[in-house]
Amino acid sequence: MSAALAAAPAVVAASTATATTTSVVFWVLAIVSVAAALGMILSPRAVHCAVLLAVVMLSLAVLYLTAGAPFLAAVQIIVYTGAVLMLFLFVIMIVGVSSADSLRETIRGQRLWAGLAAIALLVLLALIVGHAAIGPAAPAFPIYGAGNVSSIARLIFTRYFFPFEVTSALLITAALGAMVLAHRERTSPKPAQRDLSQQRVAGAHPTPLPGPGTYARHNAVDFPALLPDGTPAELSVSPVISGRAGAREAVSEALREAAGALPASPAGTAQPDRPDQPGPAHPGPNGNGQEGSPS
Amino acid sequence: MSPGHYVALAVILFVIGAVGVLIRRNAMVIFMCIELMLNAVNLAFVAFARQHGQVDGQVVAFFVMVVAAAEVVVGLAILMAIFRARRSASVDEANLLKY
Repeated sequence: MSAALAAAPAVVAASTATATTTSVVFWVLAIVSVAAALGMILSPRAVHCAVLLAVVMLSLAVLYLTAGAPFLAAVQIIVYTGAVLMLFLFVIMIVGVSSADSLRETIRGQRLWAGLAAIALLVLLALIVGHAAIGPAAPAFPIYGAGNVSSIARLIFTRYFFPFEVTSALLITAALGAMVLAHRERTSPKPAQRDLSQQRVAGAHPTPLPGPGTYARHNAVDFPALLPDGTPAELSVSPVISGRAGAREAVSEALREAAGALPASPAGTAQPDRPDQPGPAHPGPNGNGQEGSPS
Repeated sequence: MSPGHYVALAVILFVIGAVGVLIRRNAMVIFMCIELMLNAVNLAFVAFARQHGQVDGQVVAFFVMVVAAAEVVVGLAILMAIFRARRSASVDEANLLKY
């Protein structure tokens, strides 16, 4: 009894230290998650959005930990960050990483009205939350905190047993629906090896396509190779690279430069990187990553 | 930290997600914004569970996560089907029912 009384101030000091740590963690993670969420709705590329959403979800997982929900924190990381976001990234990779969202407005005044609606929603929710008089946190229950997983399990398998069973039906339905939607009926017979070889020989290029001009004139794969007669080979640049927005101009520029530089320079003494050479600067190996460059 | 702080953060994240749904055109990003809104609601549930000292809110948040996972699976499959038909992930392109 006396030992417990003597230990009480130490417990109080430890709890205030924990409260300080919790508030620091909360403010840091709140700022990080709000910034990541803002970046997510402003970034034009879907992959960046997915990564920023992962940042938000991981911050929320740590916030669940500080709010006394360790089981939900683990589920958040495993289900959301691990499964859902991986699924998002898979679909983004299938649909195409380069499918950048154009930030041009297609409906006139949409941003303005969206902003006004957002402000109205924020004011409404702030008023509701402000009037709700949310009290301080309840003192930790015996069923709360250390026994978090077992208390959740007890609730799920007693009071929420029927919703839990309905959830299993939902999951099976979702799996079936995904299989049905992702399945594609083959409308033509599958090409056999003979058909594939005939297609290859009958096409314009029975041989493999020429490689890019790496190390021939420039140290980048977006630079076309040169044919024996000196003209650049457009086929030598992969359409994945030449299809990107910034790279298209770079490749055409390089083609023009190659076509213009060759007849003028005598064979063997060509110096394409001469600084006094007129014309635009070299596109450079990173000329294909400039999505937002003005065209 | 009082649960009110958590609820305020949840409100801010929810509004950001709603704005993203309104202004983005890529269906994938719209989906991500919906996920953000669901996460914000989960945070509010956890905060209220903390306020009342009961785990019922956490159980509800758990169910929200399950429903969100199922929704993402079906939604992304629909997106794949639309992309296969229209070769685009933009919501402006999926307008066959309009005319």
